[in-house]
Amino acid sequence: MNVLVYLIPISVFLGGLGLAAFFWSIRSRQYDDPEGDANRILTGDYDDHPKED
Amino acid sequence: MSEVQISACPACVAAPAAEEAAHARDVQDIRFVLSLPAIYCAACISGVERELMRQPGVRAARVNLTLKRAQVEADPAVSVDDLIAALTKAGYEAYELDASAISATETDRKGRAILTRIAVSGFAMMNVMLLSVAVWSGAADATRDMFHWISAAIALPAIAYAAQPFFVSAWTALRARRLNMDVPISLAILLAGGMSLFETMESGRHAYFDAALSLTFFLLAGRYLDYRTRSVARSAAEELAALEVPRATLADGTVVPIREVVRGALVRVVPGARVPVDGIVVDGASELDRSLLTGESLPVAAGVETVVSAGEVNLTGPLIIRVTAAGEESSLHRMADLVAMAETSRNRYTSLADRAAGIYAPAVHLLALVAFAGWVIYSGDIRLSLNIAVAVLIITCPCALGLAVPAVTTSASGRLFRAGMLIKSATALERLAEVDTVVFDKTGTLTEGKPELSNLAEIPPRARGIAMALAAGSAHPLSAALHEAARAADVVPARLSGIREVPGQGIEGVWDDQPVRLGRAGWLGAEPLAQTATYLKIGDAAPVAFTFADHLREGAAEAVAALQRQGKDVVLLSGDTPAAVADIARRIGISAWAAECLPEAKALRVAELTRSGRKVLMVGDGLNDTAALAAAHVSISPASALEATRVVSDMVLLGKSLAPLGEATQVAVSATRRIKENFSIAALYNLIAIPIALAGFATPLAAALAMSTSSVTVSLNALRLRGKS
Repeated sequence: MNVLVYLIPISVFLGGLGLAAFFWSIRSRQYDDPEGDANRILTGDYDDHPKED
Repeated sequence: MSEVQISACPACVAAPAAEEAAHARDVQDIRFVLSLPAIYCAACISGVERELMRQPGVRAARVNLTLKRAQVEADPAVSVDDLIAALTKAGYEAYELDASAISATETDRKGRAILTRIAVSGFAMMNVMLLSVAVWSGAADATRDMFHWISAAIALPAIAYAAQPFFVSAWTALRARRLNMDVPISLAILLAGGMSLFETMESGRHAYFDAALSLTFFLLAGRYLDYRTRSVARSAAEELAALEVPRATLADGTVVPIREVVRGALVRVVPGARVPVDGIVVDGASELDRSLLTGESLPVAAGVETVVSAGEVNLTGPLIIRVTAAGEESSLHRMADLVAMAETSRNRYTSLADRAAGIYAPAVHLLALVAFAGWVIYSGDIRLSLNIAVAVLIITCPCALGLAVPAVTTSASGRLFRAGMLIKSATALERLAEVDTVVFDKTGTLTEGKPELSNLAEIPPRARGIAMALAAGSAHPLSAALHEAARAADVVPARLSGIREVPGQGIEGVWDDQPVRLGRAGWLGAEPLAQTATYLKIGDAAPVAFTFADHLREGAAEAVAALQRQGKDVVLLSGDTPAAVADIARRIGISAWAAECLPEAKALRVAELTRSGRKVLMVGDGLNDTAALAAAHVSISPASALEATRVVSDMVLLGKSLAPLGEATQVAVSATRRIKENFSIAALYNLIAIPIALAGFATPLAAALAMSTSSVTVSLNALRLRGKS
């Protein structure tokens, strides 16, 4: 039974982490243009190799 | 630069630059909003953004594909016309939107607030549910109490935050001494939370924390669906309103926003432009197209002293107009205000949901009270009786009812939106389902308001060539239509010299040493015909008439046929001449029509139909239709209609085609049927659950199961609307 003392807080904390991540995504306007974002990943405008110097 | 050298790591040097690059598209200070109706793909996004960024003075540009808009941040020197021209050249259709008319951020904030509350209640619901499963599967004594305490610790703050919209709405209703759906909801949530806390403290067996949370969660989901439907409609309606960026050109050539135009100012209107203000012509001669206002398709001559009103289109010559009223004071806006006032009568229509809530709320309260009183008398145990009363409240609480209507209207309006139709009013679908008579306007609604040459085959070949050559020199719609028809028939234009446009009259030139004229009957000494026509006179020969018929709008015949198939009476009311109306009625298959209707006559006719028990759908686009649109049971206008007309309409057709009309009435009927089905599902489930709760057999598990299944069933039933087509 003692295992519950750890597991319950851990599960609540992990759930809370997910909730916090959701808040952050709402705040940073990630739901403003779902269709555009789905298409933007296909464009070659963003380079994924930053300049190294 | 010195700061950069101080920094030790290369990454720190690069960081600000990278950040700057990342933010180049974050638009801070929006100067222009462009509507891009034709974009659809990834290539369009980067194409438009790249094209905009390439323009000198543009600091940032971001495309929103969901809304099909672009926001642009630019220096004050940048002109929006240049941006639009550049985009058009690159192959993207673009229009300016009035940035001040679009309050996207405001509406967005509301949606985000509901979404946050859904997330909180969902998170709490799942955690508490996990603990409840342990209790349901047999946790006892100290373990059960601990689980209940943890549940309370999660549930109570979550409820306090997430259920606020219901509490606020219920409190407002109670203060106004009314009952609404939120009163039983709030009461159930509060009682469930309070009762469970009490039971936990007394180490009782049942706690309803999970029920209170799932109630909040499902009802918030319903609220969000409802909100989405309306915000889509609102933002599109805002966009339609914002499409007309009202500007006027003053006599000295400066362009100013319409709100800065004062009475007495002189405004110049070039041929082809819409008159922006009410006023009197002080200089120039021309013809005016008043079809949007009066429905009359023949242009009217205008000269000095002619009174013009906003919304008319100047056709042939430049005019200088002394302003008598502009902006909010113009006849166009006054008309819109009047009609908006008349419209409140229609707002008295109570929706199905409101009617259901009106019966439901008192019934539930009464039932819980009866349960409480009954059990007190029977058992004498107040704690047990209160527990049972709370169980009744929770189980009967209208999850399914709260979801039933929003889920159906969301999927129905989504389907109509994809078909090209926008629903502006919350009860429009229900009203549309009841319609049995459809009244159409002619000019601009069933027809495009664009003339089409109808008798080219009867014209001698020589006259065809001369008329074509003359027509090429004018922007008058009749000339344009004539030229278009002649070109389509491969007519070779005659060689003319000295072509000159006489404003308000027509065009003249010289052919083979003879004067030739194309224009109004009076100018040539011809006998005017009853229908729309222009006349050609070669030398001293008798004038030849070119007659025009209005071009049918795309999908008009299909829409009328579909409505007639559904057993609805279709009527055509127009302000135009009998000949023109009869022609259209014959071509489209409408037997009941009336011509030369004044605006009052149209409204009167609609009111008459309503009095005889008919539910009228009015479809119209002109200012002359607004009164009739407001008088009808439901009204629809095309997006090309005047702003005043769109304001009074319940629905707006977004595309050019009228074809979605037939589908709209069908969708409305099946949506109403689904709503009623959902009510029966909710009632059926209550019929089973209430006796169980009243008998005192309802456990938290039963409440959770019953509530979720009814909510899910109702949502699934609503989804059936989307699939079928």
